[in-house]
Amino acid sequence: MDDLLAERDLVLQAFWLTIQLAVLSGLCSLAFGTVLAAMRVGPISVLRGAATTYVTLVRNTPLLLMFIFVFVAAPNIGWFVGTPFLVKGVIAVSVYTSAFVCEAVRSGVNAVPLGQAEAARAIGLTFGQTMTSVVLPQAFRAVVPPMASVLIAMTKNTSIAAVFGLAELTFRMRYFANNSADDTTIFLTFALLYVVLVELISAGAIGLERRWRAAR
Amino acid sequence: MSSVLFDTPGPRTRARHRIYTIVSAVVLAGLLAWFVWYLAEQGEFAYELWEPFVTPAYVEALWQGLLDTLAMAVLAILFAVVAGFLFGVGKLSEHRMLRWPSWLVVEFFRAVPLLLLIIFLRFGPLALGPYWSVVVGLMLYNGAVLAEITRAGVLAVPRGQVEAAYALGMRKTQVMVTIQLPQAVKIMIPAIISQCIVALKDTSLGFYVLAPGLTTVGRSIWIEFGNQLQTAIVLAAIYIVCNLILTALATWAQRRLVGERKQIVINPDLVSGRSV
Repeated sequence: MDDLLAERDLVLQAFWLTIQLAVLSGLCSLAFGTVLAAMRVGPISVLRGAATTYVTLVRNTPLLLMFIFVFVAAPNIGWFVGTPFLVKGVIAVSVYTSAFVCEAVRSGVNAVPLGQAEAARAIGLTFGQTMTSVVLPQAFRAVVPPMASVLIAMTKNTSIAAVFGLAELTFRMRYFANNSADDTTIFLTFALLYVVLVELISAGAIGLERRWRAAR
Repeated sequence: MSSVLFDTPGPRTRARHRIYTIVSAVVLAGLLAWFVWYLAEQGEFAYELWEPFVTPAYVEALWQGLLDTLAMAVLAILFAVVAGFLFGVGKLSEHRMLRWPSWLVVEFFRAVPLLLLIIFLRFGPLALGPYWSVVVGLMLYNGAVLAEITRAGVLAVPRGQVEAAYALGMRKTQVMVTIQLPQAVKIMIPAIISQCIVALKDTSLGFYVLAPGLTTVGRSIWIEFGNQLQTAIVLAAIYIVCNLILTALATWAQRRLVGERKQIVINPDLVSGRSV
């Protein structure tokens, strides 16, 4: 514990880097994942096939291999050579997470009963009106719980960046761990920092759900 | 085809879709062709770089790595199922002294990143070997997730079953052991197989502590041949094939044992049992 207090700057920096990684990858994978989901539920068969292939390949590949592709293999063919580590970490995590975001969004869209859209069209709403006032609000509600668990998993997954030299929480935990009894305290401290992040996302999801339930 | 998002297309829309289809096919094929051309230009298809994957000695090493990976995943899942049963039933207990500790343990191991756990097991006071730090880490994490699956499975057993058992005069433990768990297991099996996929993917973390397994074998291959990209592609292909087989198995089990309708949907990474 004394070690941690003496070098609390390092711990805080690591915490900040984990937050940066999580927020940036979260935004990137939300954007890309939504585009993928749009391709998957859209009417263009080629795009549907492309998105489905992407999701199948990425979902079944370990995240560590994504990191190997970005950090080890890509520089070998001349890509990402001078790119900052944070950017490379965000790329690896986003490529992986966007497949799961796509599935979450798709399940949300599929959760809206077909009758809703048909009724909206039957009473003469335009496509835009059908989307903005009937289909999407319902889809968003259905998306919140699976999306929260995707984002929580992603936050935990940022720990893999430690393997490739990003000095975030897990990296610092390794730095402080030295086979002593004190390590348990260190471990619990770092674990608690992750729990804080996870709880924040969880609370955000509960908040969103409650707010949208009241609006219904 | 009609969906929530769009109506059954008419002739003009279909014509428009055809144009979009052709354009996107051309763009995607172009991108793919450019990428392949780029790799060829960089000399990434040179035989020397792919040679280890057709050389028996290296193929055997990869095979051994795959077996190690599978063994780790299976071992971890087996223990995790047992732990999951104990803690899952513990979370459902009527006794606070059982329920709260189970809840705490499950929540903690679900919220902590697996890599952090593995590092603690490897370099912490326990100082386990590389192999066991990965296996024990996987056991604890998957045990926590499977506890949630067990809980959801037991709760998915129709209420009438339990009431009927009580009406026959069975005691709490009897109801759990002879009525609820056997039916819950059937509902849980697809979810357990899906969790195997997660465990299999997570064994790749053994890379960090040099545990035996595919990624570690891969590293020694690319250190020797300098073929990082090729090795990564081969490793990814192996993982994808294994996971697709498991996915097919889970789908089959779902159809066979549970039926299409009832599915356990839990959020394996959500802290706390409340439904977010």
